[in-house]
Amino acid sequence: MKRFLTALLFFVALLWLWHFLVDSGRWSAMLLPDPADVGKYLISAVKDGTLLETTWVTMKRLLIGYFAGIVVGIPLGLLTARFLWAHDTIGTLALGLQTLPSVCWVPLALMWFGQTEAAMFFVVIMGTMWSVVISTDNGVRSVPPIYARAARTMGSNGWHTWLRVILPAALPFIVSGVKQGWAFAWRSLMAAEIYVTILTGFGLGHLLHYGRELHAMDQVIGVMLVIVAIGLLADKVLFAPWEAFLHRRWGTQRN
Amino acid sequence: MNHVAAELAPVPCAKLVIDHVSKWFHSGVVKTHALDDVSLTVDEAEFVCLVGPSGCGKSTLLNMIAGLEMADQGSVLMDGKKVVGSGRERMMMFQESALFPWLSVLGNVLFGLKLKPGLKDSERLEVARYYIKLVGLERYERANIHELSGGMKQRVALARSLAPNPRVLIMDEPFASLDAMTREQLYGDLQTIWAARKKTIVFVTHNVREAVCLGDRVVLFSPNPGRVREQFRIDLPRPRDINSPSLAEHATEITRALKQHREVAAE
Ligand SMILES: Nc1ncnc2c1ncn2[C@@H]1O[C@H](COP(=O)(O)OP(=O)(O)OP(=O)(O)O)[C@@H](O)[C@H]1O
Ligand SMILES: [Mg+2]
Repeated sequence: MKRFLTALLFFVALLWLWHFLVDSGRWSAMLLPDPADVGKYLISAVKDGTLLETTWVTMKRLLIGYFAGIVVGIPLGLLTARFLWAHDTIGTLALGLQTLPSVCWVPLALMWFGQTEAAMFFVVIMGTMWSVVISTDNGVRSVPPIYARAARTMGSNGWHTWLRVILPAALPFIVSGVKQGWAFAWRSLMAAEIYVTILTGFGLGHLLHYGRELHAMDQVIGVMLVIVAIGLLADKVLFAPWEAFLHRRWGTQRN
Repeated sequence: MNHVAAELAPVPCAKLVIDHVSKWFHSGVVKTHALDDVSLTVDEAEFVCLVGPSGCGKSTLLNMIAGLEMADQGSVLMDGKKVVGSGRERMMMFQESALFPWLSVLGNVLFGLKLKPGLKDSERLEVARYYIKLVGLERYERANIHELSGGMKQRVALARSLAPNPRVLIMDEPFASLDAMTREQLYGDLQTIWAARKKTIVFVTHNVREAVCLGDRVVLFSPNPGRVREQFRIDLPRPRDINSPSLAEHATEITRALKQHREVAAE
């Protein structure tokens, strides 16, 4: 409760500072609108449905692409950790492509798939997948061999060992890889949406871009706030439970 | 018949025969002769301790009994049947705790039980709780592994090894990383538990006193290549106190023999 109050106080103070700076008149309201105006924009955008619609379009792209990236990435990572040939081929590919800033996939995706959903999914999947592959591979390699041996004496082998021993033992690595994948995917999706009009649906990035075209600074800042809120929400909903589990079981530090 | 009672009923202990076993390791250009023509019989419900200098192949032998490694020559037999792979009948406990950090104490003890067919989940739970209580950790069944002390971890490891009701228990320096006080307590507990759950035990240690305190027999190994040197029968009454003078006498005798072999080897 005390922590909540501190945080609340901080953000109220921040808003107040913002308002104070606008009030001082040193910036034109064109460049820095009052927080109240941003609030008004957000309310009207919720009322006329644009905000919910664009958020939905963006979230759909992000979540579907993201989970597809994980679902493909984890088995690939297991494969590269298990087989030397896979490590030398897929593993090397993953390492190379992971260093490629994921926004670089955007031009290629647009050429291949046009200004469509498929292109967006592709960008998100590429952003997510490679870091998931690499972290899974790293995680599996760093599992102490003694776990698998102990499991074997208890009658575990084959699939059972992979699913019940190796995978959970590699979990700390996998979670951090999945989290990194999220960051990459989210950034590259926003970049794509801001710079390219995707004909199959207008996302948050589009709304942001449109705000600039209209010189509607309240819209620009309002959409930015929504993007920040989604990032925070994802952290709380997608990662916090896993990190709490890791913290509880492994005794690792929560950050 | 009640499954839980059947599961907890004592299993007949197994007799182990290690029959002219030799083992080599190749790593790069180095070829290690880990075991050379080792023969050893462990009787039903016997507690045998293996001691010897580092590198004389004790762990290798245990791994072969567990079925985690295969002999290059000779074979390991359990009740006359050749050991060809690992299985619940022979459970192994390691020096460092090989407990799974992603599971609670209860989850760890249940791990092997879940792989045992023919039991209901509630029955598995009951069996697991029995062993957790046996090692004195009933208050900690929900605890996470990282919250336990070294001694408690090894107790959990013991419960986990005992839970599938194996016929042979293989222990590779299980107490080596513990402090002296914790160890002494565990010697007492292990003897009590062994009296309650009779098993054939093969136990490796560097600590001669520990071997004398626990073993019916102490087997001395020598390295390069690993061989059985000498055997000592320990006929002290149980439960034994690690600090008793008669135990110290045996330990002195064995330590002297150990030194002698080392000097012979050095010449
Ligand atoms: N997987 C392996 N690959 C190569 N050499 C090995 C392997 N395992 C054991 N060795 C070698 O075999 C010999 C016996 O090893 P082992 O671990 O059985 O000895 P130990 O008696 O258990 O020693 P310690 O008391 O230090 O645990 C050693 O020289 C060791 O280097
Ligand atoms: Mg060893």
